[in-house]
Amino acid sequence: MDDTGSELKTVRLRSPVTTEDLVGLEIGNVVYIDGLVYTAREGVYKKVVDDGTPLPGDVASIGNVNFHCSPAARVNPDGSFEMGAVTATASFRFSKWMSRWFDISQAKVIVGKGGMSSADYREHFVPRGAVYLTTVGYGTGALLGRGIRKVRAAHWLDELGIAQAMWVLEVENFGPFLVESDLAGNSLFERENAKIAANVERLYAGTRPATLRRYGETDRREDELI
Amino acid sequence: MIPIETIHATAGRLMSKAAIEIPDDYLGALRDMASTEKGPLSCFVIKTMLSNYDAAKEDRRAMCADTGVPRWYVKYGNEARVEGGPVALETALRRATAEATNGVPLRPNRVHPLWRTDHDNNVGINAPEIEYSFHPEGDWVELTTVHKGGLFGTDYRMLFPGDGIDGIKRFYLDALLAFGKRGLACQPAIVGIGLGGSKDTCMVLGKQAACLRVVGDRNPDPRIAALEEELKTLGNEVGMGAMGFAGSSMVVDCHIEVGYCHTGGMPMSVHMFCLSSRRACARIHADGTVVERTDPQWFTEYARRETVEWTTQDQSSRQSG
Ligand code: SF4
Repeated sequence: MDDTGSELKTVRLRSPVTTEDLVGLEIGNVVYIDGLVYTAREGVYKKVVDDGTPLPGDVASIGNVNFHCSPAARVNPDGSFEMGAVTATASFRFSKWMSRWFDISQAKVIVGKGGMSSADYREHFVPRGAVYLTTVGYGTGALLGRGIRKVRAAHWLDELGIAQAMWVLEVENFGPFLVESDLAGNSLFERENAKIAANVERLYAGTRPATLRRYGETDRREDELI
Repeated sequence: MIPIETIHATAGRLMSKAAIEIPDDYLGALRDMASTEKGPLSCFVIKTMLSNYDAAKEDRRAMCADTGVPRWYVKYGNEARVEGGPVALETALRRATAEATNGVPLRPNRVHPLWRTDHDNNVGINAPEIEYSFHPEGDWVELTTVHKGGLFGTDYRMLFPGDGIDGIKRFYLDALLAFGKRGLACQPAIVGIGLGGSKDTCMVLGKQAACLRVVGDRNPDPRIAALEEELKTLGNEVGMGAMGFAGSSMVVDCHIEVGYCHTGGMPMSVHMFCLSSRRACARIHADGTVVERTDPQWFTEYARRETVEWTTQDQSSRQSG
Protein backbone atom coordinates (compact mmCIF):
# COMPACT_ATOMS: atom_id res chain seq x y z
CA MET A 1 0.00 0.00 0.00
CA ASP A 2 2.74 2.40 0.93
CA ASP A 3 4.05 3.15 -2.54
CA THR A 4 5.85 6.29 -1.49
CA GLY A 5 9.18 4.50 -1.18
CA SER A 6 9.66 6.09 2.19
CA GLU A 7 11.87 4.66 4.92
CA LEU A 8 9.46 5.57 7.67
CA LYS A 9 8.40 2.62 9.84
CA THR A 10 4.88 1.43 8.98
CA VAL A 11 2.46 -0.24 11.43
CA ARG A 12 -1.02 -1.81 10.95
CA LEU A 13 -3.43 -1.40 13.88
CA ARG A 14 -6.65 -3.39 14.39
CA SER A 15 -9.51 -1.57 16.11
CA PRO A 16 -10.66 -2.00 18.84
CA VAL A 17 -7.01 -1.50 19.82
CA THR A 18 -5.38 -2.55 23.08
CA THR A 19 -2.84 -0.54 25.05
CA GLU A 20 -0.27 -3.24 24.18
CA ASP A 21 -0.79 -2.45 20.47
CA LEU A 22 0.24 1.12 21.18
CA VAL A 23 3.38 0.43 23.24
CA GLY A 24 5.68 0.12 20.23
CA LEU A 25 4.45 3.25 18.43
CA GLU A 26 7.01 6.01 18.04
CA ILE A 27 6.31 9.54 16.88
CA GLY A 28 6.75 9.75 13.12
CA ASN A 29 5.66 6.12 12.47
CA VAL A 30 3.19 5.59 9.63
CA VAL A 31 -0.05 3.84 10.68
CA TYR A 32 -2.88 2.11 8.79
CA ILE A 33 -6.04 0.98 10.60
CA ASP A 34 -8.34 -2.02 10.10
CA GLY A 35 -11.63 -2.53 11.92
CA LEU A 36 -13.96 0.04 13.47
CA VAL A 37 -13.53 3.81 13.46
CA TYR A 38 -16.14 6.38 14.43
CA THR A 39 -16.39 10.13 13.93
CA ALA A 40 -17.06 12.38 16.91
CA ARG A 41 -16.43 16.11 17.29
CA GLU A 42 -18.08 19.03 19.10
CA GLY A 43 -21.65 17.98 18.31
CA VAL A 44 -21.17 14.51 19.78
CA TYR A 45 -18.99 15.78 22.64
CA LYS A 46 -21.63 18.28 23.71
CA LYS A 47 -24.31 15.64 23.56
CA VAL A 48 -22.43 12.91 25.40
CA VAL A 49 -20.05 14.77 27.70
CA ASP A 50 -22.03 17.95 28.47
CA ASP A 51 -25.60 16.64 28.26
CA GLY A 52 -24.96 13.12 29.53
CA THR A 53 -26.63 11.32 26.60
CA PRO A 54 -25.47 7.66 26.59
CA LEU A 55 -23.28 6.49 23.72
CA PRO A 56 -25.13 4.46 21.08
CA GLY A 57 -22.88 1.42 21.63
CA ASP A 58 -19.95 -0.08 23.54
CA VAL A 59 -16.34 -0.49 22.40
CA ALA A 60 -17.20 -3.80 20.69
CA SER A 61 -19.80 -2.14 18.46
CA ILE A 62 -18.23 1.25 17.76
CA GLY A 63 -14.53 0.57 18.34
CA ASN A 64 -12.17 2.81 20.29
CA VAL A 65 -10.71 4.95 17.54
CA ASN A 66 -12.25 8.44 17.43
CA PHE A 67 -11.78 10.31 14.16
CA HIS A 68 -12.12 14.11 14.26
CA CYS A 69 -13.78 14.31 10.90
CA SER A 70 -16.85 15.23 8.99
CA PRO A 71 -17.24 13.32 5.77
CA ALA A 72 -18.35 14.47 2.34
CA ALA A 73 -21.35 12.16 2.40
CA ARG A 74 -24.75 11.83 0.84
CA VAL A 75 -27.85 10.20 2.25
CA ASN A 76 -29.63 8.35 -0.56
CA PRO A 77 -33.44 8.38 -0.82
CA ASP A 78 -33.51 4.72 0.28
CA GLY A 79 -31.70 5.68 3.50
CA SER A 80 -28.32 4.21 2.50
CA PHE A 81 -25.16 6.30 2.56
CA GLU A 82 -22.62 7.32 -0.03
CA MET A 83 -19.27 8.34 1.39
CA GLY A 84 -17.00 10.34 -0.90
CA ALA A 85 -13.89 11.77 0.67
CA VAL A 86 -13.07 11.98 4.36
CA THR A 87 -10.63 14.44 5.90
CA ALA A 88 -9.89 15.35 9.48
CA THR A 89 -10.74 18.61 11.15
CA ALA A 90 -8.40 20.56 13.45
CA SER A 91 -8.34 18.87 16.86
CA PHE A 92 -6.91 21.53 19.16
CA ARG A 93 -10.34 23.02 19.81
CA PHE A 94 -11.70 19.81 21.34
CA SER A 95 -9.18 19.71 24.16
CA LYS A 96 -11.66 20.73 26.88
CA TRP A 97 -13.76 17.60 26.36
CA MET A 98 -10.99 15.03 26.03
CA SER A 99 -10.50 13.74 29.59
CA ARG A 100 -14.17 13.10 30.23
CA TRP A 101 -14.64 11.80 26.71
CA PHE A 102 -11.86 9.21 27.21
CA ASP A 103 -13.45 8.13 30.49
CA ILE A 104 -16.91 7.72 28.98
CA SER A 105 -15.97 6.26 25.58
CA GLN A 106 -12.84 4.25 26.49
CA ALA A 107 -11.25 5.60 23.30
CA LYS A 108 -7.55 4.76 22.92
CA VAL A 109 -6.73 6.49 19.67
CA ILE A 110 -7.65 9.95 18.46
CA VAL A 111 -7.20 10.57 14.75
CA GLY A 112 -7.35 14.19 13.66
CA LYS A 113 -5.72 17.17 12.06
CA GLY A 114 -2.86 19.13 13.55
CA GLY A 115 -2.60 17.41 16.93
CA MET A 116 -2.90 18.99 20.34
CA SER A 117 -0.26 20.38 22.67
CA SER A 118 2.06 18.10 24.63
CA ALA A 119 0.46 19.61 27.74
CA ASP A 120 -2.87 18.22 26.51
CA TYR A 121 -1.27 14.83 25.88
CA ARG A 122 0.17 14.71 29.39
CA GLU A 123 -3.06 15.82 31.00
CA HIS A 124 -5.66 13.89 28.99
CA PHE A 125 -3.96 11.18 26.94
CA VAL A 126 -1.06 9.74 28.95
CA PRO A 127 -3.09 8.84 32.08
CA ARG A 128 -5.57 6.94 29.86
CA GLY A 129 -3.05 5.12 27.67
CA ALA A 130 -4.16 6.93 24.51
CA VAL A 131 -2.24 8.20 21.50
CA TYR A 132 -2.88 10.78 18.78
CA LEU A 133 -2.52 10.03 15.07
CA THR A 134 -2.55 12.85 12.56
CA THR A 135 -3.86 12.58 9.04
CA VAL A 136 -1.39 13.38 6.29
CA GLY A 137 -1.40 16.33 3.97
CA TYR A 138 -3.94 17.20 5.23
CA GLY A 139 -5.87 16.74 2.07
CA THR A 140 -5.72 12.94 1.64
CA GLY A 141 -9.50 12.63 1.55
CA ALA A 142 -9.67 10.40 -1.52
CA LEU A 143 -7.15 7.89 -0.14
CA LEU A 144 -8.96 7.75 3.18
CA GLY A 145 -12.28 7.37 1.37
CA ARG A 146 -10.89 4.24 -0.30
CA GLY A 147 -10.18 2.67 3.08
CA ILE A 148 -13.84 2.75 4.11
CA ARG A 149 -15.46 -0.62 3.47
CA LYS A 150 -18.88 0.15 4.89
CA VAL A 151 -20.84 2.70 6.86
CA ARG A 152 -22.11 0.63 9.78
CA ALA A 153 -24.28 3.36 11.31
CA ALA A 154 -24.91 7.10 11.34
CA HIS A 155 -26.08 8.08 14.81
CA TRP A 156 -27.89 11.34 15.52
CA LEU A 157 -27.85 12.20 11.81
CA ASP A 158 -31.17 14.09 11.81
CA GLU A 159 -30.35 16.03 14.91
CA LEU A 160 -26.67 16.85 14.30
CA GLY A 161 -26.49 16.87 10.50
CA ILE A 162 -24.02 15.17 8.15
CA ALA A 163 -20.96 17.00 9.45
CA GLN A 164 -21.53 16.43 13.16
CA ALA A 165 -23.27 13.04 13.20
CA MET A 166 -21.50 10.03 14.69
CA TRP A 167 -20.56 7.86 11.71
CA VAL A 168 -19.43 4.34 12.56
CA LEU A 169 -17.19 3.04 9.79
CA GLU A 170 -15.78 -0.36 8.95
CA VAL A 171 -12.33 0.30 7.51
CA GLU A 172 -9.53 -1.63 5.89
CA ASN A 173 -6.00 -0.38 5.34
CA PHE A 174 -7.35 3.03 6.36
CA GLY A 175 -4.61 5.62 6.23
CA PRO A 176 -1.91 6.69 6.12
CA PHE A 177 -1.64 8.44 9.47
CA LEU A 178 1.45 9.59 11.36
CA VAL A 179 1.98 9.02 15.08
CA GLU A 180 1.91 12.54 16.53
CA SER A 181 1.86 11.60 20.23
CA ASP A 182 3.12 8.38 21.80
CA LEU A 183 2.15 6.83 25.14
CA ALA A 184 4.66 9.11 26.90
CA GLY A 185 2.99 12.24 25.48
CA ASN A 186 5.81 13.32 23.14
CA SER A 187 4.64 15.45 20.19
CA LEU A 188 6.02 15.07 16.69
CA PHE A 189 4.92 18.59 15.71
CA GLU A 190 6.62 20.15 18.71
CA ARG A 191 9.83 18.27 17.91
CA GLU A 192 9.74 19.59 14.33
CA ASN A 193 8.85 23.14 15.45
CA ALA A 194 11.95 23.16 17.62
CA LYS A 195 14.12 22.21 14.63
CA ILE A 196 12.70 25.08 12.58
CA ALA A 197 12.86 27.65 15.38
CA ALA A 198 16.65 27.56 15.26
CA ASN A 199 16.56 29.11 11.79
CA VAL A 200 13.93 31.78 12.31
CA GLU A 201 16.01 34.57 13.81
CA ARG A 202 18.34 34.47 10.83
CA LEU A 203 15.41 34.99 8.43
CA TYR A 204 14.34 38.20 10.13
CA ALA A 205 17.87 39.50 10.62
CA GLY A 206 18.21 43.20 9.80
CA THR A 207 14.49 43.91 9.29
CA ARG A 208 12.69 46.43 11.48
CA PRO A 209 9.31 45.79 13.15
CA ALA A 210 6.41 47.36 11.24
CA THR A 211 5.57 51.04 11.80
CA LEU A 212 2.13 50.22 13.14
CA ARG A 213 1.94 47.36 15.58
CA ARG A 214 -1.09 45.17 16.10
CA TYR A 215 -2.81 43.76 19.14
CA GLY A 216 -1.03 40.53 19.84
CA GLU A 217 2.30 42.24 19.28
CA THR A 218 1.72 44.30 22.39
CA ASP A 219 1.15 42.33 25.56
CA ARG A 220 -1.05 44.72 27.44
CA ARG A 221 -4.44 46.18 26.56
CA GLU A 222 -3.28 49.61 27.80
CA ASP A 223 -0.41 49.68 25.30
CA GLU A 224 -0.71 51.81 22.20
CA LEU A 225 -0.09 50.42 18.74
CA ILE A 226 2.25 53.21 17.70
CA MET B 1 -26.64 34.61 -27.67
CA ILE B 2 -25.16 32.05 -25.29
CA PRO B 3 -27.77 29.43 -24.33
CA ILE B 4 -28.38 29.41 -20.58
CA GLU B 5 -28.47 25.62 -20.51
CA THR B 6 -24.88 25.56 -21.83
CA ILE B 7 -23.85 27.82 -18.96
CA HIS B 8 -25.62 25.57 -16.46
CA ALA B 9 -24.23 22.31 -17.86
CA THR B 10 -20.69 23.71 -18.14
CA ALA B 11 -20.83 25.05 -14.59
CA GLY B 12 -21.86 21.60 -13.37
CA ARG B 13 -18.93 19.94 -15.14
CA LEU B 14 -16.48 22.53 -13.78
CA MET B 15 -17.74 21.96 -10.23
CA SER B 16 -16.90 18.26 -10.27
CA LYS B 17 -13.68 18.76 -12.23
CA ALA B 18 -12.43 21.27 -9.67
CA ALA B 19 -13.29 19.03 -6.74
CA ILE B 20 -11.73 15.88 -8.22
CA GLU B 21 -8.82 16.80 -10.53
CA ILE B 22 -5.81 18.70 -9.25
CA PRO B 23 -4.78 21.27 -11.91
CA ASP B 24 -1.76 20.28 -14.03
CA ASP B 25 0.37 23.28 -13.09
CA TYR B 26 0.14 22.60 -9.36
CA LEU B 27 0.57 18.84 -9.88
CA GLY B 28 3.75 19.30 -11.91
CA ALA B 29 5.24 21.63 -9.32
CA LEU B 30 4.44 19.24 -6.49
CA ARG B 31 6.08 16.37 -8.38
CA ASP B 32 9.22 18.51 -8.65
CA MET B 33 9.09 19.19 -4.92
CA ALA B 34 8.80 15.45 -4.20
CA SER B 35 12.14 14.96 -5.92
CA THR B 36 13.94 17.85 -4.20
CA GLU B 37 12.54 17.58 -0.65
CA LYS B 38 15.20 16.17 1.72
CA GLY B 39 13.09 16.10 4.90
CA PRO B 40 11.81 12.50 5.14
CA LEU B 41 8.50 13.38 6.83
CA SER B 42 7.75 16.31 4.52
CA CYS B 43 8.66 14.17 1.52
CA PHE B 44 6.37 11.37 2.73
CA VAL B 45 3.49 13.86 2.97
CA ILE B 46 4.05 15.16 -0.56
CA LYS B 47 4.27 11.68 -2.06
CA THR B 48 1.14 10.63 -0.20
CA MET B 49 -0.66 13.66 -1.66
CA LEU B 50 0.45 12.65 -5.15
CA SER B 51 -1.13 9.21 -4.70
CA ASN B 52 -4.21 10.91 -3.25
CA TYR B 53 -4.68 12.90 -6.47
CA ASP B 54 -4.48 9.65 -8.45
CA ALA B 55 -7.02 7.98 -6.18
CA ALA B 56 -9.40 10.93 -6.53
CA LYS B 57 -9.26 10.79 -10.33
CA GLU B 58 -9.55 7.00 -10.54
CA ASP B 59 -12.48 6.80 -8.15
CA ARG B 60 -14.06 10.11 -9.26
CA ARG B 61 -14.26 11.32 -5.68
CA ALA B 62 -13.35 14.67 -4.13
CA MET B 63 -9.58 14.94 -3.53
CA CYS B 64 -10.14 16.42 -0.06
CA ALA B 65 -13.25 15.90 2.04
CA ASP B 66 -13.09 19.51 3.05
CA THR B 67 -14.32 20.59 -0.33
CA GLY B 68 -13.85 24.22 0.68
CA VAL B 69 -16.18 27.03 -0.22
CA PRO B 70 -17.05 26.95 -3.92
CA ARG B 71 -17.04 30.36 -5.61
CA TRP B 72 -17.24 31.71 -9.16
CA TYR B 73 -15.29 34.09 -11.34
CA VAL B 74 -17.08 35.23 -14.47
CA LYS B 75 -15.48 37.12 -17.32
CA TYR B 76 -17.58 38.65 -20.08
CA GLY B 77 -16.26 39.48 -23.52
CA ASN B 78 -17.55 42.92 -24.46
CA GLU B 79 -19.98 41.55 -27.04
CA ALA B 80 -21.24 38.60 -25.01
CA ARG B 81 -24.96 38.14 -24.49
CA VAL B 82 -26.36 35.45 -22.25
CA GLU B 83 -29.87 34.10 -22.67
CA GLY B 84 -31.90 35.48 -19.77
CA GLY B 85 -29.22 38.03 -18.87
CA PRO B 86 -26.99 38.21 -15.79
CA VAL B 87 -29.76 37.16 -13.42
CA ALA B 88 -30.24 33.90 -15.33
CA LEU B 89 -26.48 33.36 -15.29
CA GLU B 90 -26.31 33.80 -11.52
CA THR B 91 -29.21 31.41 -11.06
CA ALA B 92 -27.46 28.83 -13.25
CA LEU B 93 -24.25 29.11 -11.19
CA ARG B 94 -26.13 28.81 -7.91
CA ARG B 95 -28.07 25.83 -9.21
CA ALA B 96 -24.89 24.10 -10.47
CA THR B 97 -23.26 24.66 -7.07
CA ALA B 98 -26.21 23.12 -5.24
CA GLU B 99 -26.48 20.18 -7.62
CA ALA B 100 -22.76 19.38 -7.45
CA THR B 101 -22.86 19.46 -3.65
CA ASN B 102 -25.27 16.57 -3.75
CA GLY B 103 -23.86 14.96 -6.88
CA VAL B 104 -20.07 14.69 -6.39
CA PRO B 105 -20.72 14.78 -3.34
CA LEU B 106 -19.17 17.88 -1.77
CA ARG B 107 -19.35 18.76 1.89
CA PRO B 108 -22.15 21.25 2.59
CA ASN B 109 -19.75 23.70 4.21
CA ARG B 110 -21.77 26.89 3.91
CA VAL B 111 -23.72 27.93 6.98
CA HIS B 112 -25.18 31.14 8.33
CA PRO B 113 -22.48 32.77 10.50
CA LEU B 114 -24.77 33.19 13.50
CA TRP B 115 -27.61 30.69 13.19
CA ARG B 116 -25.47 27.98 11.55
CA THR B 117 -28.36 27.31 9.16
CA ASP B 118 -27.17 24.82 6.53
CA HIS B 119 -29.13 24.30 3.32
CA ASP B 120 -26.92 21.27 2.60
CA ASN B 121 -26.12 22.67 -0.84
CA ASN B 122 -23.36 25.31 -0.38
CA VAL B 123 -25.81 28.06 -1.34
CA GLY B 124 -26.99 30.81 0.97
CA ILE B 125 -26.78 34.54 1.63
CA ASN B 126 -23.86 35.88 -0.47
CA ALA B 127 -22.81 32.32 -1.24
CA PRO B 128 -21.36 31.25 -3.59
CA GLU B 129 -19.50 34.49 -4.25
CA ILE B 130 -19.62 35.55 -7.90
CA GLU B 131 -16.99 38.03 -9.06
CA TYR B 132 -16.98 39.68 -12.49
CA SER B 133 -14.45 40.96 -14.93
CA PHE B 134 -14.66 42.12 -18.53
CA HIS B 135 -12.63 41.84 -21.70
CA PRO B 136 -12.54 44.50 -24.48
CA GLU B 137 -13.56 42.06 -27.20
CA GLY B 138 -15.27 38.70 -27.59
CA ASP B 139 -18.72 37.17 -27.68
CA TRP B 140 -17.84 34.59 -25.01
CA VAL B 141 -18.27 34.17 -21.29
CA GLU B 142 -15.61 32.52 -19.15
CA LEU B 143 -16.50 30.62 -16.01
CA THR B 144 -13.93 29.71 -13.39
CA THR B 145 -14.81 27.96 -10.19
CA VAL B 146 -12.42 27.91 -7.25
CA HIS B 147 -13.04 25.68 -4.24
CA LYS B 148 -10.90 27.52 -1.74
CA GLY B 149 -10.10 25.56 1.37
CA GLY B 150 -8.59 26.48 4.64
CA LEU B 151 -9.66 28.46 7.67
CA PHE B 152 -5.99 29.30 8.07
CA GLY B 153 -3.47 31.06 5.89
CA THR B 154 -4.98 34.46 5.20
CA ASP B 155 -3.99 37.73 6.83
CA TYR B 156 -4.12 41.48 6.22
CA ARG B 157 -1.94 44.29 7.47
CA MET B 158 -1.75 48.05 6.94
CA LEU B 159 1.90 48.69 6.21
CA PHE B 160 3.31 52.14 5.42
CA PRO B 161 5.61 53.25 2.61
CA GLY B 162 8.43 53.55 5.18
CA ASP B 163 8.11 49.85 5.99
CA GLY B 164 9.37 49.17 2.47
CA ILE B 165 10.25 45.81 0.98
CA ASP B 166 11.59 44.71 4.38
CA GLY B 167 8.15 45.25 5.88
CA ILE B 168 6.61 43.15 3.13
CA LYS B 169 9.09 40.35 3.77
CA ARG B 170 8.49 40.46 7.50
CA PHE B 171 4.75 40.21 7.21
CA TYR B 172 5.08 37.45 4.62
CA LEU B 173 7.34 35.45 6.96
CA ASP B 174 5.00 36.12 9.89
CA ALA B 175 2.13 34.61 7.91
CA LEU B 176 4.13 31.59 6.71
CA LEU B 177 5.40 30.81 10.21
CA ALA B 178 2.04 31.34 11.91
CA PHE B 179 0.07 29.19 9.50
CA GLY B 180 2.83 26.80 8.46
CA LYS B 181 3.40 25.25 11.88
CA ARG B 182 1.62 21.91 12.14
CA GLY B 183 0.72 22.48 8.51
CA LEU B 184 -2.40 24.51 9.28
CA ALA B 185 -2.18 26.07 5.81
CA CYS B 186 -1.91 22.61 4.19
CA GLN B 187 1.26 23.71 2.42
CA PRO B 188 3.07 23.55 0.00
CA ALA B 189 0.85 26.43 -1.08
CA ILE B 190 0.49 28.93 -3.88
CA VAL B 191 0.93 32.17 -1.95
CA GLY B 192 -0.97 35.16 -3.25
CA ILE B 193 -0.10 38.66 -2.10
CA GLY B 194 -2.28 41.71 -2.56
CA LEU B 195 -0.42 45.01 -2.33
CA GLY B 196 -2.20 48.36 -2.26
CA GLY B 197 -5.79 49.15 -3.12
CA SER B 198 -8.30 49.78 -0.38
CA LYS B 199 -8.57 47.12 2.30
CA ASP B 200 -11.24 45.16 0.44
CA THR B 201 -9.42 45.47 -2.92
CA CYS B 202 -6.19 44.38 -1.26
CA MET B 203 -7.86 41.20 0.01
CA VAL B 204 -9.57 40.51 -3.31
CA LEU B 205 -6.37 40.99 -5.34
CA GLY B 206 -4.33 38.74 -3.05
CA LYS B 207 -6.91 35.99 -3.17
CA GLN B 208 -7.18 36.21 -6.96
CA ALA B 209 -3.38 36.16 -7.21
CA ALA B 210 -3.32 32.90 -5.23
CA CYS B 211 -6.28 31.20 -6.87
CA LEU B 212 -6.38 32.43 -10.48
CA ARG B 213 -2.74 32.57 -11.58
CA VAL B 214 -1.06 29.29 -12.51
CA VAL B 215 2.24 28.09 -11.09
CA GLY B 216 5.14 29.62 -13.02
CA ASP B 217 3.21 32.71 -14.12
CA ARG B 218 5.03 36.00 -13.47
CA ASN B 219 3.77 39.53 -13.02
CA PRO B 220 4.51 41.58 -16.19
CA ASP B 221 6.30 44.27 -14.13
CA PRO B 222 9.87 42.87 -14.04
CA ARG B 223 10.57 44.30 -10.57
CA ILE B 224 7.43 42.70 -9.16
CA ALA B 225 8.31 39.47 -10.94
CA ALA B 226 11.72 39.55 -9.24
CA LEU B 227 10.05 40.09 -5.87
CA GLU B 228 7.77 37.09 -6.55
CA GLU B 229 10.85 34.94 -7.18
CA GLU B 230 12.61 36.30 -4.12
CA LEU B 231 9.66 35.66 -1.82
CA LYS B 232 9.20 32.17 -3.20
CA THR B 233 12.84 31.34 -2.45
CA LEU B 234 12.66 33.00 0.98
CA GLY B 235 9.56 30.97 1.85
CA ASN B 236 11.29 27.72 1.00
CA GLU B 237 14.31 28.70 3.10
CA VAL B 238 12.25 28.97 6.29
CA GLY B 239 13.17 25.33 6.93
CA MET B 240 9.56 24.20 6.94
CA GLY B 241 7.94 21.70 4.62
CA ALA B 242 4.58 19.97 4.32
CA MET B 243 2.65 19.75 7.61
CA GLY B 244 5.24 21.97 9.25
CA PHE B 245 7.84 19.19 9.28
CA ALA B 246 11.46 20.16 8.75
CA GLY B 247 12.07 20.60 5.03
CA SER B 248 12.14 22.99 2.10
CA SER B 249 8.64 22.71 0.59
CA MET B 250 6.53 25.61 1.77
CA VAL B 251 5.80 27.75 -1.27
CA VAL B 252 4.91 26.26 -4.65
CA ASP B 253 4.83 29.73 -6.12
CA CYS B 254 4.31 33.33 -5.09
CA HIS B 255 2.06 35.71 -7.01
CA ILE B 256 1.77 39.43 -6.34
CA GLU B 257 -0.98 41.72 -7.62
CA VAL B 258 -1.02 45.44 -7.01
CA GLY B 259 -3.61 48.19 -6.97
CA TYR B 260 -3.09 51.92 -6.55
CA CYS B 261 -3.63 52.85 -2.89
CA HIS B 262 -3.82 55.89 -0.63
CA THR B 263 -0.58 57.84 -0.79
CA GLY B 264 0.04 57.39 2.93
CA GLY B 265 -0.26 53.61 3.08
CA MET B 266 0.86 50.26 1.69
CA PRO B 267 -1.77 47.69 2.66
CA MET B 268 -0.83 44.05 2.19
CA SER B 269 -2.71 40.78 2.27
CA VAL B 270 -1.41 37.19 2.20
CA HIS B 271 -3.41 34.17 1.01
CA MET B 272 -2.44 30.52 0.72
CA PHE B 273 -3.96 28.17 -1.81
CA CYS B 274 -3.51 24.73 -0.27
CA LEU B 275 -2.61 21.18 -1.29
CA SER B 276 -6.08 21.07 -2.80
CA SER B 277 -5.57 24.05 -5.12
CA ARG B 278 -8.90 23.51 -6.83
CA ARG B 279 -9.84 25.55 -9.87
CA ALA B 280 -11.44 24.77 -13.21
CA CYS B 281 -12.12 27.09 -16.12
CA ALA B 282 -13.98 27.09 -19.43
CA ARG B 283 -14.84 29.60 -22.16
CA ILE B 284 -18.32 29.37 -23.62
CA HIS B 285 -18.79 30.91 -27.08
CA ALA B 286 -21.93 32.39 -28.60
CA ASP B 287 -22.33 29.36 -30.87
CA GLY B 288 -22.43 27.11 -27.81
CA THR B 289 -18.92 25.63 -28.12
CA VAL B 290 -17.12 25.14 -24.82
CA VAL B 291 -13.33 25.13 -24.41
CA GLU B 292 -11.93 24.02 -21.07
CA ARG B 293 -8.44 25.04 -19.96
CA THR B 294 -6.19 25.11 -16.91
CA ASP B 295 -5.23 28.77 -16.88
CA PRO B 296 -8.10 31.17 -16.09
CA GLN B 297 -6.04 34.07 -17.59
CA TRP B 298 -7.88 36.33 -15.18
CA PHE B 299 -5.21 39.02 -15.07
CA THR B 300 -4.80 40.51 -18.53
CA GLU B 301 -3.24 43.76 -19.68
CA TYR B 302 -6.76 45.15 -19.70
CA ALA B 303 -7.38 44.02 -16.11
CA ARG B 304 -4.12 45.65 -15.02
CA ARG B 305 -4.55 48.83 -17.11
CA GLU B 306 -3.26 52.11 -15.71
CA THR B 307 -4.77 54.54 -18.19
CA VAL B 308 -8.13 56.27 -18.46
CA GLU B 309 -8.87 55.07 -21.97
CA TRP B 310 -8.38 51.66 -23.51
CA THR B 311 -7.66 52.10 -27.21
CA THR B 312 -8.19 49.75 -30.12
CA GLN B 313 -4.45 49.69 -30.68
CA ASP B 314 -3.95 48.30 -27.20
CA GLN B 315 -6.55 45.70 -27.98
CA SER B 316 -4.83 44.42 -31.07
CA SER B 317 -1.70 43.64 -29.06
CA ARG B 318 -3.82 41.97 -26.43
CA GLN B 319 -4.16 38.20 -26.05
CA SER B 320 -7.47 36.94 -27.34
CA GLY B 321 -7.28 33.28 -26.55
S1 SF4 C 1 -6.73 23.50 3.52
FE1 SF4 C 1 -7.03 22.46 1.53
S2 SF4 C 1 -5.99 20.46 1.65
FE2 SF4 C 1 -6.23 21.30 3.73
S3 SF4 C 1 -8.11 20.35 4.52
FE3 SF4 C 1 -8.67 22.36 3.65
S4 SF4 C 1 -9.19 21.96 1.50
FE4 SF4 C 1 -8.13 20.14 2.26
